[in-house]
Amino acid sequence: MNLFIRTKKRLSRFLSAFLKKRQSRIGIYGPPNAGKTTLSNRIVRDWTGDALGPVSEIPHETRRARRKEGITISNQNGNSLTLDIVDTPGVTTKIDYQEFVEYGIEKEEAIKRAREATEGVAEAMHWLREDIDGVIYMLDATLDPFTQVNIMLVGIIESRDLPVLIVANKIDLPDAAPQRIMKAFPQHPVIAISGLEGDNMEELYEHMLKVFG
Amino acid sequence: MEKIRLILDDVMEGNIVVLEKGLSPEEQSRLIEMTMMEISPDGFSGIEMETYSAREGQSSPGFFGKLLGKKGPGARMTVIGPANQMKTIKKDKDLISAWVSSR
Repeated sequence: MNLFIRTKKRLSRFLSAFLKKRQSRIGIYGPPNAGKTTLSNRIVRDWTGDALGPVSEIPHETRRARRKEGITISNQNGNSLTLDIVDTPGVTTKIDYQEFVEYGIEKEEAIKRAREATEGVAEAMHWLREDIDGVIYMLDATLDPFTQVNIMLVGIIESRDLPVLIVANKIDLPDAAPQRIMKAFPQHPVIAISGLEGDNMEELYEHMLKVFG
Repeated sequence: MEKIRLILDDVMEGNIVVLEKGLSPEEQSRLIEMTMMEISPDGFSGIEMETYSAREGQSSPGFFGKLLGKKGPGARMTVIGPANQMKTIKKDKDLISAWVSSR
């Protein structure tokens, strides 16, 4: 009898491990200073009370991808979704340590930051090809969205058939024009938010449930 | 990978590479990744890149094309150069313009 129960338990553990789909990994991508870490922190704080990483006006403050696992978001209708949030370094095609020096950082530290940033961007690009199940693409709504990096990255995401939500961030600023982003990427849902102030986060969560659920 | 290596080696030597048919999204992704790995202090600082999209004015893949998995025309012409020499690349409707310093 004991042998029968043990075998049954083992079989059930094996089957559940085999059939259980791992949680979706949602990467927050975008150019530097779009507000990716601010949004990641807000999502993580809203649903777990925790935070992911420090934010700064200096580009490439996030130089290593940070991951928070098992975040469950839900709505009033009882729909819920558990996912891992991956905050990634801002994607760019060039990094010069002089950029950090201009922000008053010592040369040695600036070189170190630049090296970390290049490694972080390379890692983020690799993950996008191998390890990400969905993307929140963050854009600063005060800036022109028609940049080579934005067009290229959205193209890369589309080519991998990953579900994508485009976020027009910083709508609390007077120059914000989320309509420009909506016009630039009409093929994708665009949600206008302020990650800093927490404006329109409910709509973002609703869309996350729809797009990544 | 060899194609990306070839482009990057050329750009690192200070050349501007013009690709008639552009790069696939996969190649673009690898180009960014490899570019990041080549950046060094006071040396190579990355690339500037601009693509002239073929979306406008070109026919879509059509019903049968879509059935066969074709995703429509991709990028047409792509210009890639060293970031420290190509300070600005601008794109107007039919024109890509670059400011190149010959250091």
